[in-house]
Amino acid sequence: MTKTYDAIVIGAGHNGLICGAYLAKAGKSVLILDANEQPGGACITREFAPFYKVSAGAHLLHLLRPEVLSELGISFDLAAENLGTIALAENGQHVTFGANSIGGIDVSADDIEAYPKFKSRMLEFAETLAPLMLKKPPRIGKTDFEDVKTGIKLGWDIRFGLGKEKMQDFLRIVGINIFDVLNEVFDHDLVKGAIGFDAVMGTHMGPRTPTSVLSYLYRLTGEAGGNGLAVPKGGMGAVTAALADAAQKGGAEIRLSAPVKRIVTSDGVATGVEIDGGEIVSAPIVISNADPKRTFLSLLGARHVEAGFAHRINKIRIRGSVAKLHLALNGVPQFSGVDDTARGERLVIAPSMQHVERAFDHSKYGEMSEHPVMEITIPSLHDSSLAPEGKHVLSANILYAPYTLKTGWDSGKEIFLKKVLQTIERYAPGISDLVAHQELLTPVDLENEFHMTGGHWHHGEFGIDQLLMMRPTYGAAQYKTPLPGLYLCGAGSHPGGGVMGAAGRNAAKVILRGETN
Amino acid sequence: MPNISKDHWKPTCLRTPFHERLEALAEVNDWYRWKAYTTVNSVDDIEQEYFAIRNSCSVFDLTPMSKYRVRGPEAFEYMDRLMTRNLSKLKVGRVGYSVWCNDQGRVIDDGTIFRLGDTDYRICAAERNLDWFLLSAIGFDVDIVEETYDVAALSFQGPTSCAVLKVMGLSGIETLKPFGMMTFPFHGGELMVSRTGFTGELGYELWTTPDLAVALWDALFEAGKNYNIRAIGGHALEMARIEAGFIQAGVDFMPALETIRTENTRSPLELGLDWLVDFDKTNFNGRSALLKEKQEGSRYRFAILDIEGNKPATDAFIYLGKGRKEVGHVTSAVWSPVCKANIALVSLDMPYGEANDDLWAEIYYHREMKWHRLWARCTVRSAPHWNPPRRRATPPADF
Repeated sequence: MTKTYDAIVIGAGHNGLICGAYLAKAGKSVLILDANEQPGGACITREFAPFYKVSAGAHLLHLLRPEVLSELGISFDLAAENLGTIALAENGQHVTFGANSIGGIDVSADDIEAYPKFKSRMLEFAETLAPLMLKKPPRIGKTDFEDVKTGIKLGWDIRFGLGKEKMQDFLRIVGINIFDVLNEVFDHDLVKGAIGFDAVMGTHMGPRTPTSVLSYLYRLTGEAGGNGLAVPKGGMGAVTAALADAAQKGGAEIRLSAPVKRIVTSDGVATGVEIDGGEIVSAPIVISNADPKRTFLSLLGARHVEAGFAHRINKIRIRGSVAKLHLALNGVPQFSGVDDTARGERLVIAPSMQHVERAFDHSKYGEMSEHPVMEITIPSLHDSSLAPEGKHVLSANILYAPYTLKTGWDSGKEIFLKKVLQTIERYAPGISDLVAHQELLTPVDLENEFHMTGGHWHHGEFGIDQLLMMRPTYGAAQYKTPLPGLYLCGAGSHPGGGVMGAAGRNAAKVILRGETN
Repeated sequence: MPNISKDHWKPTCLRTPFHERLEALAEVNDWYRWKAYTTVNSVDDIEQEYFAIRNSCSVFDLTPMSKYRVRGPEAFEYMDRLMTRNLSKLKVGRVGYSVWCNDQGRVIDDGTIFRLGDTDYRICAAERNLDWFLLSAIGFDVDIVEETYDVAALSFQGPTSCAVLKVMGLSGIETLKPFGMMTFPFHGGELMVSRTGFTGELGYELWTTPDLAVALWDALFEAGKNYNIRAIGGHALEMARIEAGFIQAGVDFMPALETIRTENTRSPLELGLDWLVDFDKTNFNGRSALLKEKQEGSRYRFAILDIEGNKPATDAFIYLGKGRKEVGHVTSAVWSPVCKANIALVSLDMPYGEANDDLWAEIYYHREMKWHRLWARCTVRSAPHWNPPRRRATPPADF
């Protein structure tokens, strides 16, 4: 006999676990299904070579909402927190970024003075946006009280929270590109390169792409809430393990290695899911943590929604541009000019904004970057459990590796890996000799491993046209969808990706309030 | 499709495959552009053309109509989701009329659906629909092709039309029932004949390939020379379709995808097309919006009015009580020579348009450039003005 649940969550990524945990806590019987052998989605720790473990997807924690942790009673240990950033230079004359300061041999006094002002200006803007993260995005033209309240609060915060001059500044820059804004403020190429890199990492944008300021502000919402960059003890998988634990303690059931084949409907209503192998599990509420394209076009089938809606879902911009590099190292790598104490910080290779932009240019035309830019962490410096004694793991996000590589990733992967290692070698001479094992996950690999369309971290591009009430598209922007009984809880919904957990929490609130379309 | 790779911008209007024949007859030189093509409002005399539809037989060049072919394993599933009508009832060899709606249940266009095979349909419509048909195909195993430029078509309507086709040698044509299709070998190719039309009259539509168009025209006119066959233009057709109570996209409703102010669109229920919407189907585009409208009520009502007097109520406002409350407007109007009636198709605000409502039209007209205004009493009709038995009779009588 098949068991029936109050709700089924498709995908045990962090948002799925969080949504399931909130529902279970409210007394619902919840089943969380995942295709993979371990829960956590793209927020996991796994072995990539014998005895070497790494956070295979996301590798730094900085956006996770503290409300989620406190409300669900979750805790885990951090191996390192408030990491600084080092913008690497080939000649070793790098720039260091603290929370509110920068330094470096050839950084001008003007830049050093400008940085804290710039940072507090950006953080204030991010703070203005931050409250939106925990609300369902307000719809325009509807008279739902929550929506009106959210809209009024945002307007109030922009006008009176920021004040007239800052409001004008906010409105001026929020839709433009980070390239222009940084050129107004800084001189040093490495300073601008590293900040510009942060603004576009994880998106299909270059620093000159309009709205790259907005994606930078989204990134800063974590820091605005007091979270610095952190490395969890045991890798990112420790976070989702704690979430899974909380969900199960609350009564939710988690079934792994159970890929959902399709969402089952009856008379235009979602009634359950079919698991690979044919087993059907029923529930009046089906919540998809999968990306919107996979949810509607693969799991549900476009014919079960209106044609115009299916078209909008089909047109979501969702091409990943980031590859993930894992290296098992036989020793500690030496980056030029970076001493022992600084090696554990976040290392960024982005020599200038123009360099990042040129790297992006390739991906626009389906080519890999000739000179990739990247974010490097060596988590084993903080957490010895990840590698055998004396050995280390290096984890890096590499831009730009377009999902739709013209020549195909079958042949392209080796070539790109070579370019990436050559680049790192220039900043850390001799590192190649330390490499015992290597793994490069292209967007296609990320798609296959984590079941994210396009291998896109955020389940949909962070363009201004795909945010708020437009995320993933109107008709499904408030977690409920045109199909009664089907909800979204993943990064493809407001407020989006990163290990933030807001989408999962917001979705649970909407479901618990009994809202339907 | 013509080669549009580089020269597509040069011809401002395409010529239909019948152009040289039509041009030779087009005495009043009254051309207009219909979608990509140039065609005629009138060939020589509108009244003569109109009476050919009603009293003998008329030939109208249909080529500019948009034509699409839908084929593939899921052609039925695709069509049934696209159309408001239940297509499981449309058998191979039959034609059906339907509308298709956007997500909000507003009409994008109407047209005829030809089921050419189990998994093979042709859609014939007034507007261009390729974009919508393609995006509706997401998730369906179908192949959709625009064949507007690959099909030459004539509408052949009138009481003597069947007799002429018999003279032309189309044996067995008299057994063809309304909304049926038959194919005949023709000059080494094929001629498809459907018993369909836009006139409310006994009539047929003839479909072939552009290379056989002139041969078809000539064969038809040769066979019809003793039956007062006459080429007609858009004006005469317009009179006939209003008499038959047929609506037209862009005239009686705004095609939803071309409408900026969405409140100006109409649902099928608001166009008197309830009979085309099958709520027993669990899934068709616009269903949930239409179901909601059915439960909560429509905004508008389509009605056919009889108007006092003989001044066509073109563009008139309709009032409840003489000048008291404006409740709608006329979308199409004509003085009907055969019915001796002043007909208007109107869109009325709900709940107006009940049988006994005291409706008035405010009609403006001029004589020798002096404008006059008059109030004319309107009566709501329960059926179209023109719907003769011969439209349905099989076999049709010889006239």
